[in-house]
Amino acid sequence: MKHLFAKLYVWLLLAILYAPILIIIIFSFTEARVLGNWTGFSTKLYQSLFSGGVNNSLFVTLLNTFAIAFIAASASAVLGSLAAIGIFNLRHKTRNTVLFLNNIPILNPEIITGVSLFLLFVSLGISQGFMTVVLAHISFCVPYVVLSILPRLKQMNPSLYEAALDLGATPMQALRKVIFPEIKPGIISGFILTFTLSFDDFVVSLFTIGNEGLQTLSTYIYADARKGGLTPELRPLTSLIFIVVLVLLFIVNQRAKKSAVHEK
Amino acid sequence: MKKRQFGRFGVQKNWTIPYAVFLLVFVITPLILIAIYAFTDADGQFSLANFQKFIHHGETVNTFVYSIGIALITTLVCLIVGYPVAWILSQNIFSSTSVIVMLFILPMWINTLIRTLATVALFDFLQLPLGEGALIFGLVYNFLPFMIYPIYNVLNKTDHSLTEAAQDLGACPLKVFTRVTLPLSMPGVTSGILMVFMPTVSTFAIAELLTLNNIKLLGTTVQENINNGMWNYGAAISLVMLLLIGVSSLFTDDKSGEEGGLL
Repeated sequence: MKHLFAKLYVWLLLAILYAPILIIIIFSFTEARVLGNWTGFSTKLYQSLFSGGVNNSLFVTLLNTFAIAFIAASASAVLGSLAAIGIFNLRHKTRNTVLFLNNIPILNPEIITGVSLFLLFVSLGISQGFMTVVLAHISFCVPYVVLSILPRLKQMNPSLYEAALDLGATPMQALRKVIFPEIKPGIISGFILTFTLSFDDFVVSLFTIGNEGLQTLSTYIYADARKGGLTPELRPLTSLIFIVVLVLLFIVNQRAKKSAVHEK
Repeated sequence: MKKRQFGRFGVQKNWTIPYAVFLLVFVITPLILIAIYAFTDADGQFSLANFQKFIHHGETVNTFVYSIGIALITTLVCLIVGYPVAWILSQNIFSSTSVIVMLFILPMWINTLIRTLATVALFDFLQLPLGEGALIFGLVYNFLPFMIYPIYNVLNKTDHSLTEAAQDLGACPLKVFTRVTLPLSMPGVTSGILMVFMPTVSTFAIAELLTLNNIKLLGTTVQENINNGMWNYGAAISLVMLLLIGVSSLFTDDKSGEEGGLL
């Protein structure tokens, strides 16, 4: 009986947490312009989301967001992997300093990151656009890549690398054949994580995107919401994003579980 | 010792350099720039005018105090709603607790704007008015997972034999809670409070969307000033915000941060 109330409380709270998302998903299957009006089942919004090609501003925005997230996550994966291996080999004191600096972008409130990067770009006289958004995203993404790779290096058996060298491998070969396979899961998890971080980012993008018409999904939604009505096509889009994030998180979680079992 | 052996060759040590340079340019310099802009006027001369303006500008001070108030209320509501959830989850009464925990964390990975618009949709759907109530609901909705997760983490690691011992020694359930469970979970509570308070006090857009732009929070003020070309003043408010967050983070020690880490 006691457990029943406890369970009820948790389920009720989850229901409230998911109600807004559920409403959006349900109303993505009807044509009404105004959310909350049900005018019969239809997949028209899903079709018009992808129709029109380059003339469809929402579709172009989606492509931009993907491109930014892909470039930022890839660059972060490369820079972060190099950095993680480097940091791992540093002396204790230097390592702690670099790790402390590495934590700053994670702990900083988004708006501070946004304002500070905005000031950097204006004082360097760099016109803001695609490149500045990518750079800004890389700056808050790399720390997560570093943090997802470092534990892998710590778990690694250090003799493996030496054995490879003793058996005649060059340091580059040893790196490619011994270290890389060990840290690969960390790189992949880091990539997925930073991709979603970049894809979802709103505040930092808003401050670094400039005003030459470039939009990411978040700034598009923001501009749209400020104008009052929401573009109805955003409902199917939000639903799709929710599903994709759900699947990605599930994959990351399974990977983490698998590696935890593996270590045991 | 092991780590030393690995790094003995020293070759890859230099691989930190690109990232160190990157950090210097894109993290440290920008933060210093906030301070420089805050303490200079539009001509680049040293000046305290921005801070004087902040103090004498009634509206900004009001927004500042109001933002702290809203952040405190949000944090309190999250604590009252979230603590029982964390406690229930730590009791292992669900067949798969990890899935339920995952369900609570999941919304955190979805765009704040989308979640906020979904809240607007919910209020429209239920024909509830937007305003202060909606704002607090939206903030709690957005940041509740940040409260539940650290507390759950700490409670989950707590040794159950301690509460059993208290029960065996004749303590009533209330006493077991106030004397054993609650004190042991304090690191999680402080880290949860911090993780809700910090983003709430610096939030913006959420307030705009949930109150139809009738209520302004500090984040909105910063954005408006930057947007309108008042960079120095915007930087000064950012610096005040950073200071506020720095001060509030002093209330937690390193240990709780470690225990409540989200990654």
